[in-house]
Amino acid sequence: MSKPVKHIHLAAHFPGVNNTTVWSDPEAGSHIEFGSFAHLARTAERAKFDFFFLAEGLRLREQGGEIYDLDVVGRPDTFTVLAALAAVTERLGLTGTINSTFNEPYEVARQFASLDHLSGGRAGWNVVTSWDAFTGENFRRGGYLPQEQRYERARAFLSASATLFDSWRGDDIAADAGRGVFAGDPHAGGFAYRDAHFDIEGHFDVPRSPQGRPVILQAGDSEEGREFAAATADAIFTRHGTLEAGQAFYADVKGRLARYGRTRDQLVVLPAATFVVGDTDADAHEKAAVIRRKQVSAQTAIKFAEQLWNRDLSGYDPEGPLPEVDPLPGENTISRGRASVRLYRDPVATAREWRELASARNLSLRELIIEVTGRQTFIGSAATIAEEINHLVQQDASDGFILVPHVTPGGLDEFADTVVPLLQERGVFRSDYEGVTLRDHLGIGSSLPGNLERSA
Amino acid sequence: MTGKPELHLATALEATGWHPASWREPRARPGEIFTAAYWTDLVREAEKGLLDFVTIEDSLGPGDGIERTDRVRGRLDSVLIASRVAPSTTEIGLVPTVVATHTEPFHLSKALATLDYVSQGRAGVRVRVDGSAGNAAHFGRRDPATLTREELFAEAADYVEVIRRLWDSWEDEAEIRDVATGRFVDREKLHYIDFEGPWFGVKGPSITPRPPQGQLPVAVLAHATAAYRLAARSADLVFVTPRDERDAARIVSEIGAESDVAGRENRPGIFADLVVFLDETERAAVDRKARLDELAGETCDSDAAVFTGTAGQLAEVLTGLAEQGITGFRLRPGAIPHDLLAITTKVTAVLREAGRYRSRYALDSEQRTTLRGTLGLGRPASRYAEVAS
Repeated sequence: MSKPVKHIHLAAHFPGVNNTTVWSDPEAGSHIEFGSFAHLARTAERAKFDFFFLAEGLRLREQGGEIYDLDVVGRPDTFTVLAALAAVTERLGLTGTINSTFNEPYEVARQFASLDHLSGGRAGWNVVTSWDAFTGENFRRGGYLPQEQRYERARAFLSASATLFDSWRGDDIAADAGRGVFAGDPHAGGFAYRDAHFDIEGHFDVPRSPQGRPVILQAGDSEEGREFAAATADAIFTRHGTLEAGQAFYADVKGRLARYGRTRDQLVVLPAATFVVGDTDADAHEKAAVIRRKQVSAQTAIKFAEQLWNRDLSGYDPEGPLPEVDPLPGENTISRGRASVRLYRDPVATAREWRELASARNLSLRELIIEVTGRQTFIGSAATIAEEINHLVQQDASDGFILVPHVTPGGLDEFADTVVPLLQERGVFRSDYEGVTLRDHLGIGSSLPGNLERSA
Repeated sequence: MTGKPELHLATALEATGWHPASWREPRARPGEIFTAAYWTDLVREAEKGLLDFVTIEDSLGPGDGIERTDRVRGRLDSVLIASRVAPSTTEIGLVPTVVATHTEPFHLSKALATLDYVSQGRAGVRVRVDGSAGNAAHFGRRDPATLTREELFAEAADYVEVIRRLWDSWEDEAEIRDVATGRFVDREKLHYIDFEGPWFGVKGPSITPRPPQGQLPVAVLAHATAAYRLAARSADLVFVTPRDERDAARIVSEIGAESDVAGRENRPGIFADLVVFLDETERAAVDRKARLDELAGETCDSDAAVFTGTAGQLAEVLTGLAEQGITGFRLRPGAIPHDLLAITTKVTAVLREAGRYRSRYALDSEQRTTLRGTLGLGRPASRYAEVAS
């Protein structure tokens, strides 16, 4: 029996503050003016993507005690820009990252419920956790959360938010002027939620939104992160873009769903991916090599190496060999506010692998950094890329991809115009939206447990 | 022409209007107040009337003592409403409400800066304190009984100081895109704000670059000394609630004295709040309000004076208050759309006829409509910018 053809999910990630974004490109526009966000969102909607995605930052990154100045810096507020995008799009999902450590459930729940109302049911929430005092210095709570409690608080935060979202039923607003009944139930919105992290009660003041609850996205590759996603997320945002790693991750997270009483289609697996489209495969590879050198300038290469070595490497030649010294042991003090630093679990071993690779292939420090930080997932002609995306999805390496262009704001245009039609021709990607809400686009249905009884 | 300055007019949007029975009026759209179309229509109407700005009321919960089924319940986040409406309007100022007591100044500073980007320089903010025990329980973090009114206002002053410092924490020319050195920003133009106060500390800089207006106009609603003091120290605009001209003169004088104490050169603009019921005749306005009062089962009272009458009569009241030093008015429509339409078409027409109202929006130095430009405020330099030697 042949397996049914899977339908691909695609999303557009507004480029964030990392070296993927080539700001020096003559085509590069503003990273903060609303027109740039509107352009990417409209392109994604024209291509019938599932959603637009916006990451968040809560403290400017630093390296060597100074604000990091080589990459794009500066971002808008997630909720505010998504609400404005709702005015210039009609169907596209609008998802963004909101931290569960430096926020409170009542405020975040009313913001997401408001966004869901104002967008007609298109809101999605990428729940992230952080705990570090560095970020905490911008907030009332400071850096109070022990690392081991971050998922515990995140889970409590989501649970409290769900209680708030479910505190109104869909038919609670009667607005019956004749009878003089606005709210059909005097207790609508009543809630109480108590656990080790939150002790809150009262009345939630946003009536039930079109989706009931926003779509929940999650990133996280650790054991805890995967389990958290399996328990609570509608979509999971990963880094595993290759066939084997993707299949392993996919099988792992989908396999965890049953223990939460969920089916395999209730969690959509979406790796982040970059792409370079060319007229031919050879053309695309040439373009990709040029882009990689722009992404990793000589200055950027040194800064990247410092993040692993955990020490000042400004005296080294980026076009020369790798440092002979080993990374400094202990907590990374050179780079702050950068998630990627945490990926180097054993810096000394990583440095050894990098030296071996550089030596075997005769790579300079910069060439080595270009090699090991490679982020170009799909390189080729439109036909090659369409084939590759479809293959990965049909082989269960993912359910689709979140595409990150390397130029703002027009970096998705070519993909939308050339790759998407090929996927549509194959019948593996929608030619038009079939539904209205983001839940409709993701095919996850309502995750709501029906009309809950009042909790208070 | 009277030769007297033009008056400033704004409108305070609240659900279906400020009368508790307004949602039962035949033309009200109570079932739509949670939709984008509803708010877009209202703000576009205010823009057609060339009003300075709309304010959007907000709170972090219904406050204390609710559960009536015959009143409008629920509201959407006002910053998000303003942002949702921004791309569909071009000239009117958008002033949402934020609650300083329970929110993070870092988050709100970037949200408001972003609203300024999406509206291309038309954002402002009204900052309020919230001493409600019911709303405090929504956060579970602080016992409002332990905080005095003075402390809540002092905290709000710190809050405004922080959001303002964060707006200035990026100098205007911080983004340099210098290909030769590989630098996207000049870190010398990004500044830690290093704020430390009794309630919170914030390191900075902001994550969002300096907003188009540099500083958004900050407004405070004030009924008493603690709030006049906050306004005198921290705000560009203060919304006040005079009962009559004499009361207005007293309030103007008190805010002036607080401004002197604060050592402030440019006094805040003073907008008087009035709840208005406007009709062709005074009789019709009085009758309409009485009918609504009966539906509500109580007389509509407010912290602000309640006006019933014609547009011409209201214009007389406004010009009289202006004689006392009131610079503008934030009119609260008793019922929407009726009273909002009366403000945008009739009140503005009467005032314009008298030479006291604009016939087009003002442009700023870059020839675009910004809220600061509409209010006659210049664009300030960042406090952190080096003074050119």
